[in-house]
Order: sequence, then structure tokens, then C-alpha cells
Amino acid sequence: MSHHPVLIIGSGPAGLTAAIYSARANLAPLVIEGEPSSTSDQPGGQLMLTTEVENFPGFPEGIMGPDLMMRMREQAARFGAQFLTEKVTAVDFTERPFKAWVRDTLYTADAIIVSTGAQSLMLGLESESRLLGHGLSTCATCDGFFFRGQEIAVVGGGDSAVEEASFLTKFASKVILIVRRDELRASKIMQERAFNNPKIELRWNTVVDDLLGQDKLEGAVVRDVVTGEVTTLPVTGLFVAIGHRPNTDLFKGVLAMEDNGYLITQPGSSYTDVEGVFACGDVQDHTYRQAITAAGSGCTAAIDTERWLEAVGHSSHA
Amino acid sequence: MADGIVTLTTSTFDETVASSEVPILVDFWAEWCGPCKMIAPILSEIATEQPGIKIAKLNVDENPDIAMRFNVMSIPTLLVFNQGEVQKRLVGAKGKGQLLQELNEFLPTSR
Repeated sequence: MSHHPVLIIGSGPAGLTAAIYSARANLAPLVIEGEPSSTSDQPGGQLMLTTEVENFPGFPEGIMGPDLMMRMREQAARFGAQFLTEKVTAVDFTERPFKAWVRDTLYTADAIIVSTGAQSLMLGLESESRLLGHGLSTCATCDGFFFRGQEIAVVGGGDSAVEEASFLTKFASKVILIVRRDELRASKIMQERAFNNPKIELRWNTVVDDLLGQDKLEGAVVRDVVTGEVTTLPVTGLFVAIGHRPNTDLFKGVLAMEDNGYLITQPGSSYTDVEGVFACGDVQDHTYRQAITAAGSGCTAAIDTERWLEAVGHSSHA
Repeated sequence: MADGIVTLTTSTFDETVASSEVPILVDFWAEWCGPCKMIAPILSEIATEQPGIKIAKLNVDENPDIAMRFNVMSIPTLLVFNQGEVQKRLVGAKGKGQLLQELNEFLPTSR
């Protein structure tokens, strides 16, 4: 067992910013950063699977998502934040000190910052697990390279989908963007990028019904939701970017959450319904969901935590 | 390398894999892949802690022919070879505990 003034669960832009601030406030945070995986629920969060980040202030040339996250982690480590590359398996926030377990190992803390983020939704098709890594991919940055000269598809109509589609045209001969509605949710600049890219073909009002192929993706069965027409796109690669769900399974019955699973924080602060437990980043934000808003809310959470600890008087130094 | 991880290339791949006396795990990776970077330190630890298995890395960017030969379409992909044959294929990054569990059959039963 080890005790820490502040325990941060999750290590995306929110968790790492909270770590930088609380480390600088001498609160010796322990960041339980998560376990490597090829979904976006992993150390560094969703940016670990993205390509170029063009809208994070301070990087006029843009920066690769994984590089940005490595830098944030180094910055937190520089001020003394400690990291544990594990996934929290259970929590008990009913009394202080708060408890969090990684399998059999118990960690206690005077205050908790929850920044577990959100992860990408999959299509929910049976064929998905069979073809994951065999043409179906959750990471355009990682796998785009393998589709050089091939016809592939991206599912989704938001910024991530358009960004992935644009990135993938560097490799693929053609990228079909499969959009459920008759418009893109993506921001104007991203929309223009999609419309102006000769390698991107838009397929409106279309959903994916099935994926073909046993050992290797051979095609996607798609349906026009207006006409009902079913066709098979002969794509060898498929990337999914249809939205996110919060990583809050761990906090069911522990922290107040909305029906969609996002944690509820008091407006204008990072306070959850449990005093001493703070939440920041995408785990409590389904509106903005940007690296910079997550980082900003991570800072808020660290300051709220510091002030709350001062007010209640914490046991300090493990 | 200090941690005993072997770097494979197109010219050394076949011989190294075929001549290895113990199971050899080949990590197909690339510089641009975030999840690959996340598992690198875990593989270094396993290389140090588990003498019963050899750990090797193959950069798919520099050696695309080998990646293509083994139908690697997603990285990280870990292939475990024993006596030159693929015995196991793990696609996607995993935590250390999960990885050791997956590799259990290749590790000596007692240490």
C-alpha cells in the first residue's frame, strides 16, 4: 500500500495538466496512467492515436499527437509527478483517505482527480473482432502505411473522421468517407479539406451493415439509409471514427453521472458529487472535447484540489 | 542493446528467427506509431526478466517486405516464432500483465 496526497487516474491532456500543476504545488501526485492498448483508452489518451494536431496553441507548425503527449508527460515528470503504467481496477470513495486498487495493490489518497477520458466507439458488428488488425483499424497513424495504393474507407462525419481521411490520402489511392447523414459535423476548415481533396469521395446517408473477408478485409457492405439500396464497397481498409463514450465503468454507483455515462461536475468547477474527488477532461465533457479544453479543465481540477486540501488540512507527504 | 533486444532487418530476419534456440518475439513497429512507443518499455522489461524468450524488433517502415510477408496490417503486431514458425500473433498494444499471460506458453513454467 502507498499513500499519496493526490492520485490522478488517467493521463490524457487533462490528467497530465493536473499532474503538472499539482506537482508544482508540491502535492507529489501519483498518476495511474492506464495500460497500453490500441484503443484510445490508453496512456496519453485519444491523442496517442491521432496524427497532426494543428490547433494546440504554441505549435504553429502542428505537432504529432503522440509527441505532444510525450512532452506533457515529461513536463509532469520533471516536477516530480510519479507514473504507474497500470489500469485502476476498483475504487472506494466512501471515506477518506480514498482508495484505488490496481488488482491486489491498494493506493490511498487525500484527494482524487479523475481524468479517464473517453474512447472511440466501434461499429458493433460481429465481423469487427475478426477483422481488427486485418484491414479494420482503430489507428490511422499506426496503420495508414499498410494501405499504400489501395482503396479504403473511413466511417464518420466529425473532425476526427475528416482528419483521418485526409491523412490516409497520403497512402491510399482513394478514401471513401462514409457519412450517416447528408452533412458533415466537422468544422468548416475540415469540411473544405474533405471537399477539396480529389482522393476523398463522400458517401452521404450511408451506414455500414457488414464487413466481408475471413482473414483480411475484402469489402464493406453499406446501405443508403434514404433509398435502402445495399452495395458492397471493395475496400481493403476501414477506419472507424464515429464518436466516443466516456471511460466511467469504474465509477458506476460511485460518482454521479449523466444517463450517457459522463461524470457530472458542478458548473464552473471540477467538483464531483463526492467531496475531495475532482473530474476533468473528456470524462465530464461531451460538448467541447478538445485537447486544449481538457488541459484547461485539468488545470482547474489541480487548483480546486490544492485549495480543497488546504481547507481540510491534508496528511501530506507519504 | 543493453536490454538484449535484437534489431532485425530484411537481411538478418530469416537467419535470426530460424537459428534462435528459444522462442523469439518480433515486435513489428514504426516511429510514427503511438501505441508502439507505449509498449517499448514493457518489451524491454520482459527482455530483461524473461531469459526464456528472445525479444526482437523490426521497423516496418524500413523493412516493409518482411511486414508484407507476414500480413502485418496493423502495428504494433507481435509475432512469436519457435523453430522458425509463427506460433502466435498478437495485434495491438497490451499491458504487461496481459502480455505475459499471452506469452505464458513460451515461458519456462518455474523461474
